[in-house]
Amino acid sequence: MVKFVKISRQAVEHVALLARLELSEQEIGTYTEQLNTILDYAAILEKLDTSEVQPTAHAVPLHNVLREDEVRVSMPQEKVLQNAPDAENGFFRVPKIV
Amino acid sequence: MAWSDTYEMVCGVETHVELATKSKIFCGCTTEFGGEQNTHVCAVCSGLPGVLPVLNKEVVNLAIKAGLALNGEIAEFSKFDRKNYYYPDLPKNYQTSQYDLPICKNGWLEITVDGAKKRIGITRAHMEEDAGKLVHSGETITSSDESYVDYNRTGVPLLEIVSEPDLRSIAEVVAYLEQLVQILDYTQVSDCRLEQGSVRFDINVSLRPKGTSDLGTRTETKNLNSFASVRHCMEYETERQAEVLDAGDKVVQETRTWDEGKGITISLRSKEEAHDYRYFPEPDLVPLVIERSWVEEIRRTLPELPTERRMRYESLGLSEYDAGVLTSSRALADFFDEALSRYADAKILTNWVMGEFLRLLKANQQSVLDSPISPVQLAELLELIDKGSISGKIAKGVLEDMYATGKDAALIIKEKGLGQISDEAALAEIVEQVIAAHPQSVEDYRAGKERAIGFLVGQIMKATKGQANPSLVNKLLKEKLS
Repeated sequence: MVKFVKISRQAVEHVALLARLELSEQEIGTYTEQLNTILDYAAILEKLDTSEVQPTAHAVPLHNVLREDEVRVSMPQEKVLQNAPDAENGFFRVPKIV
Repeated sequence: MAWSDTYEMVCGVETHVELATKSKIFCGCTTEFGGEQNTHVCAVCSGLPGVLPVLNKEVVNLAIKAGLALNGEIAEFSKFDRKNYYYPDLPKNYQTSQYDLPICKNGWLEITVDGAKKRIGITRAHMEEDAGKLVHSGETITSSDESYVDYNRTGVPLLEIVSEPDLRSIAEVVAYLEQLVQILDYTQVSDCRLEQGSVRFDINVSLRPKGTSDLGTRTETKNLNSFASVRHCMEYETERQAEVLDAGDKVVQETRTWDEGKGITISLRSKEEAHDYRYFPEPDLVPLVIERSWVEEIRRTLPELPTERRMRYESLGLSEYDAGVLTSSRALADFFDEALSRYADAKILTNWVMGEFLRLLKANQQSVLDSPISPVQLAELLELIDKGSISGKIAKGVLEDMYATGKDAALIIKEKGLGQISDEAALAEIVEQVIAAHPQSVEDYRAGKERAIGFLVGQIMKATKGQANPSLVNKLLKEKLS
């Protein structure tokens, strides 16, 4: 059985940064431990012999669900902007990007 | 000393092409360009929770078509993946794209630079959704305090075409891009309106010492949308990298942006930018199984491509240059072909299309598609010249009138009384009047001064407002003077 690589504190900090999450020192410790527990549990699957199994692209055995190229009515602008934290003149307004 | 004496350039290009569908890739919102901000948006493309995307079949058709035209292999099994990153033009915080199983792989196209042909590899082409459009409050993204987001473009279908790092000069890069856009135009996979951003280029470039084979560190300059800006940007960026290397420093691998106004590339690097997209299979879309019958059905719809068309034109006796100009856009080549089906002399037709016709389009700042003159109308004008109804000189004026009014040549000639006088009796009368009015010239001619006849021809042309059939005038004059 392949043993999963342990999740380090640095890995948790990196993922938190990518997900734009601000974690306290204590939280980093908690999540490092919890993530490792989850991975250990999922590692049970490693007991299965999957050498003859194609990688799964989707959990549902369906393919080619397609629609015709037809235009439908969009939402009114005020609906689109309804949940915007900030908007001006029909645009979403966002803070400095880079 | 130019950097190219010391270094060799290695370049690969990622090209984003908006596919010519009516509706977006995963929802029914229109793909129409323009429109008031945030009015071509629905729950799916704005990324509201709980919605499900459904793939537009026409996107797959067009992607297969482009893949075939680029000599690629069309996948039998393909799927979508999520590319995760935070940027305000992306409402879902991920872009639905394709990662390990793109729809097309291993294509190529051929370029010609300075007479030498070279095959440029195309690593892959994959389908994805376009992002929204950002309008910055300042002049550039880096100098702006805030930005405004319009999601009309979000979800417009894109094909991202990734080249191999096979390009070794700016001339090769531009030739590759021109050839690529021509193929996309001919196959009508995209409307190819570069000025509207429907084709955008990301340029990956690095330098390495001449004679070495290891790749240098590259930079990526994103979102160029004209051949001229690609050229200028690459001139700047290669020079910049050469200066860094000459100083013994290292080029930083980073994303840069082109500031057209200043003519420089600017780093977009930030502490937070980490190219860690954590791709995973898109659970909201089921995979694609592409039967070979589907691919063959689309292969049958492929038009004659630019290279084939150039070769056909050259086989008609046209020069390589002329064939290149005529095939530069599908619209022009189609115009030429339609006229050619009516008027068979390819060389005369080429002279008129490339001369007067293109001149009129340029003067009126119009494209071939906007031309008020149809190919058949041009062919009819040329037939009238051949029949002797009008001279070539008068025909140029008639073409201008046709352009201005959209009327047929024959009608304009009739309305303006421009028809060439080929009536022998009518012309003979004028010839006699001119002879009678200019006894000195007649005497000179009879005394052996051949040139005197030119003066008499000129007088006859003047009397007929240039409408006399020149060969008939010569024949009649000689008869009467002998």
